[in-house]
Amino acid sequence: MSDERRYYRGSTDGKKPRTSDPLAKARGEYDLIVIGSGLAGMTAANVLGSLGHKVALLEQHYNFGGMATWFKRSGGHVFDVSLHGFPVGMVKTCRRYWSPEIASRIVQLDGIRFDNPQFHLDTTFTREDFTEKLVSQFGAERSTVEGFFDYLRGLNYYDDPRDTVADCFERFFPGRNDIHRLLLEPIAYANGSTMADPAIAYGIVFSNFMSKGVYTFTGGTDWLVAKMKDELRRNGVELFNNVQVERITVENGRATGVVAHGRQLRARAVLSNANIKRTILDLVGREHFAPEFAREVEAVRLNNSSTQVYIGIREGCSVPWITDLLFTSTREQFDSPALCDFRGQSRTFSFYYPKVRPGSERFAIVSSTNANFADWAKLDDATYVQEKARLIEETLRELERYVPNIREISDHIEAATPRTFEFYTQHVQGASFGTKWEGLRPSMELSSHIEGLYHSGSVGIIMSGWLGAANYGVITANKVDLFLRAAAQTAAGGR
Amino acid sequence: MTRDEIVIAIKDIIATIAPDEEVSNLAMDVRLRDQIELDSMDFLDIVMELRKRYGVQVPEEDYMQLSTLQGCVDYLGPKLESKSLVLTALKG
Ligand SMILES: Cc1cc2nc3c(=O)[nH]c(=O)nc-3n(C[C@H](O)[C@H](O)[C@H](O)COP(=O)(O)OP(=O)(O)OC[C@H]3O[C@@H](n4cnc5c(N)ncnc54)[C@H](O)[C@@H]3O)c2cc1C
Repeated sequence: MSDERRYYRGSTDGKKPRTSDPLAKARGEYDLIVIGSGLAGMTAANVLGSLGHKVALLEQHYNFGGMATWFKRSGGHVFDVSLHGFPVGMVKTCRRYWSPEIASRIVQLDGIRFDNPQFHLDTTFTREDFTEKLVSQFGAERSTVEGFFDYLRGLNYYDDPRDTVADCFERFFPGRNDIHRLLLEPIAYANGSTMADPAIAYGIVFSNFMSKGVYTFTGGTDWLVAKMKDELRRNGVELFNNVQVERITVENGRATGVVAHGRQLRARAVLSNANIKRTILDLVGREHFAPEFAREVEAVRLNNSSTQVYIGIREGCSVPWITDLLFTSTREQFDSPALCDFRGQSRTFSFYYPKVRPGSERFAIVSSTNANFADWAKLDDATYVQEKARLIEETLRELERYVPNIREISDHIEAATPRTFEFYTQHVQGASFGTKWEGLRPSMELSSHIEGLYHSGSVGIIMSGWLGAANYGVITANKVDLFLRAAAQTAAGGR
Repeated sequence: MTRDEIVIAIKDIIATIAPDEEVSNLAMDVRLRDQIELDSMDFLDIVMELRKRYGVQVPEEDYMQLSTLQGCVDYLGPKLESKSLVLTALKG
């Protein structure tokens, strides 16, 4: 299989030929095969392994974790890609479906700051603090603010999704572009929400954050994923990396396993953590579905992609305390689609101090923007390289406002673009946060189209982010457990 | 399991899932989520625990029946009749 290529460590956009068979130790048959080791795939595999099912987890990358990932660079640099912050609910999720040890590493961020032409503020990002700021700094009526929070909290996901974020903002804070910016910008970075999305999707995520603020992991993503792998093995899950699943096999309307590296692995059930569109339209193939369902899936819109700039601080140098998360923009007015602009004026900086990895004395800064895949996909190679350099330069210039000597104290800088995200996660168009609202239904209903086939992973905005993806893994695991138990009973001739 | 034991069984599951909540004083006829903090993931956990501990299946359309302790007793009574109580959180 010399034409098969895989990533190699230290490469930013290259693959090299494979030398050994990553499936050498695989058995011929499992209760469940999970495709993809994102937080949804891993959490589902862990729950189902702990319930006694024979589970194999297949991941195309050499690292597990999907978008929950990190990378190392010479000079002792470690960069976290998606560890900027998540809601407190992650504590409960980790304690229950992973381990108390993992849960115990979750800590609240010390600082969140906004800095843009409309306002400057430091916040704990909680309902109490936002209410205070909206009343005293923005001059909103307290009762209106309370009403807004209560409205969002009261939304249920079976409610009418036609009320959009824009409608909702206009009802409570008409014409207040500055307030809209405060309320939406952080959530847009967290899951790609826009003014045009259903208020319910925004409301669930916003309320989750507002309950107790923003949290992170001490130890970094590498520590977390290493612990998760230990836990998966302890629960009997067989882990395979460097395995590209080519196809999900379907016989007589039932999922029977997967084909990877030309080999058929059989299973009673298959759970795909790959992108929902890729799962249905490529891995299974539209010919296995009713045409109207295939059309529905085709029409599912993807969320935006991202760019990031990773800045490594030289050993021995330090960054003074600024804040943990800095939402910054030089754009006069807030405009939701402009957050994805190719030459955007808005970005978030995540500052990683030594507290993130206790025992290490190192600092790093990661800048993130939302981005459209199409803007980057169309560039020829030379322009692509130039545009990456331009992105880095603009980011540094912006960062100099907060860390004036950044050019002297940093000794590693590189950028990731929507192309990079697509390359590593195989999400269609490098989508950072899965799909828009309408992706939820086909994902949830997949098993009613093909028996034994399930999906879990970022869809519908609400199931994305670390917490959303992990919890969706549990929701799907519950369905798979029911199915496998029923199948085992039938096989045993039970009633 | 007797009806009283079913109440203990449910309280034990809740105490396992939400160790910070006080379960001893839960009222029978008030919605559980009005007495303690339980979200939809918590309910899912209750259902998964029932399956794990007692092999009882609760289809999604019946989740509503489990909203109060009394509802749990009424709905689970026949299903748990022949099972014996499993305790993890409230042991000893
Ligand atoms: C730049 C950026 C910043 C982010 N910041 C945050 C943040 O601060 N907080 C937060 O909560 N969330 C953040 N997110 C979002 C969060 O990381 C994701 O929503 C979440 O990790 C997605 O998990 P998932 O399970 O849906 O799938 P993914 O992480 O996308 O995993 C899918 C996995 O499937 C594998 N796969 C796909 N196809 C195949 C195949 N055919 N065969 C084998 N394997 C396959 C992929 O390699 C991948 O590992 C961020 C995302 C990005 C891109």
